[in-house]
Amino acid sequence: MKTKKKSEFAKLPTQDKVILTIGYVILGLFVVAIILPVVYIILASFIDPITLQNKGLTFDFSKWTLQAYERVMSNAQIWVGFKNALIYSVLFTILSVVITLLAAYPMSRQDFKGRGFFNTIFVITMFFGGGLIPTYLLISNLNMLDTIWAILLPGAFSVWNMIIARTYYMGIPKDLQEAAEIDGATELIYFFKILLPVCTPIIATIAMWQFVGMWNSYFDAMIYLNSASKQPLQLVLRSILIQNQPEPGMVSDMQSTAARAQLAELLKYATIIISSLPLMIMYPFFQKYFDNGIMAGAVKG
Amino acid sequence: MKKALANAPAKQESGGKFHNLLVYLRQHWQLYVLFMLPAFLLTIIFRYIPMGGIMIAFTEYNPIRGIFGSEWVGLEHFQRFLSSPDFMRYLMNTLKLSIFGLLWGFPAPILLAFLLNRILSKSTKQKIQLVLYMPNFISVIVLCGIVRILLSPTGMVNMLLGTKLNFMTMPSAFRTIYIASGIWQGAGWASIIYTAALSNASKELKEAAVIDGANIIQQIKAVEWPAIKDTVLIQFIMSVGNIMSVGFEKAYALQTDLNLNASEIISTYVYKKGLLDGDYGFSTAVGLFNTVINVVLLISMNSIVKKMNDGKGV
Repeated sequence: MKTKKKSEFAKLPTQDKVILTIGYVILGLFVVAIILPVVYIILASFIDPITLQNKGLTFDFSKWTLQAYERVMSNAQIWVGFKNALIYSVLFTILSVVITLLAAYPMSRQDFKGRGFFNTIFVITMFFGGGLIPTYLLISNLNMLDTIWAILLPGAFSVWNMIIARTYYMGIPKDLQEAAEIDGATELIYFFKILLPVCTPIIATIAMWQFVGMWNSYFDAMIYLNSASKQPLQLVLRSILIQNQPEPGMVSDMQSTAARAQLAELLKYATIIISSLPLMIMYPFFQKYFDNGIMAGAVKG
Repeated sequence: MKKALANAPAKQESGGKFHNLLVYLRQHWQLYVLFMLPAFLLTIIFRYIPMGGIMIAFTEYNPIRGIFGSEWVGLEHFQRFLSSPDFMRYLMNTLKLSIFGLLWGFPAPILLAFLLNRILSKSTKQKIQLVLYMPNFISVIVLCGIVRILLSPTGMVNMLLGTKLNFMTMPSAFRTIYIASGIWQGAGWASIIYTAALSNASKELKEAAVIDGANIIQQIKAVEWPAIKDTVLIQFIMSVGNIMSVGFEKAYALQTDLNLNASEIISTYVYKKGLLDGDYGFSTAVGLFNTVINVVLLISMNSIVKKMNDGKGV
């Protein structure tokens, strides 16, 4: 492989070689720029806070410590956050995917009466909305404040994903539907037994988007949830990383304010690693869904 | 498509339109009740009812008295907002953030796609892509946490520069931080759409170009740019249409008390005024102002796309 690449490169005219080399360097720099901060955070998370503040990264392993990880892992609120984020993300993904896939089916049928009406109703919401306060007051009037419903329901139907699913359905050969109708299959049987099984790539893509989106967001939880016991991970992270307010139990055994502040800094590194690990490990496994999902989005119409 | 007509009985003429509709509904009720109803209800409740709530913008809203019991003040909130000196600053902050973000952020993924396309070994390309896409899966909070750590007076950046600057408190640094971290996180992911378009560029065309002795610049001009031109244009127009909808989450997470001069944008202002200060009417008015500009932008951009696309909108 390598020799072939080399010979191909060698055959190129000089001007091309220069351009290619510059291009590879730019790409390489970008890759380094992505990796470098990540490596820095990983290394720093193991280093004693005072050393890190005074000298920076060190490979003197006597200064390395697992203290930060122990403190973060033994903190109950982090685990509450993980648990809630998992519950919200899983339920939201299921609810949202089911509702979106269902709605996309009639919208994909040319003979569906009222298609234009529903389409108009849905598309308007992509351009115009009530805004923050009217939505908040609605949630409040529905008595959904500080409940899981405020997180799950308002965003459960995504017009954008519906359009993508509809486009995908429309690419499925019509023969399938006609054959099913001749066999006397009802809409439900056709949809669940015939259509959905051939749509798994797009279902996986939409599910991934919804899961990652919910897992990583904090705004809805910030405005709708008050109880500490209901906070998802991102809100717990926000108080540690952004507001510099680690959970009381994490640093309270330190005597001086300075020591507490130093420890709070160190805890950030470990918190970032622990909280990002699940998605970072999972993400290479669904990489194969990226391309077809994006392509489906590109040919919408 | 003709199926429905074929299914309907032959007495079509005598039954009339209404009868046909009943027959259709009886046959296809599942489409409405099982497939459509959940999405329709959610849309009406959580999208359309709040649109009615926009009336709050014209009242001195009192939660106890409700919309209709509250005092009607007409355009007073809009006048107060538009005539306040802060308004121009928040509007400009919003516009600068998105326009500069577009200028720097838009070409980055296109450049990455061109570069990726030039990598000959497929496995190397996949490994690089894995790294480039990774930041997209980091949450906004963690991204901003990383930014704050790296830019703190004792952080990595200051160590490399040999300085002790506190970047997070400098209004002049805010936009650079926001835009650079946006490119760091999003450029790789955004390049997917261009990479896909480039891989559609006809292999034969490219091989023919190579045989004809075309160099890289000529290949890009003749084969690769034509393959992604439409995608680039549509993406550009859509980004311009979204210029007023700068995300709340990241701007809010990068704000500090000292950089507010540059970091307070319309969406964060709406949040603070409305939910933190409880000034519902005023906050709704500001939000509505933002939405209306956005709608105008989106619709005009959409009609441009339609013209270019021979009548097909987005």
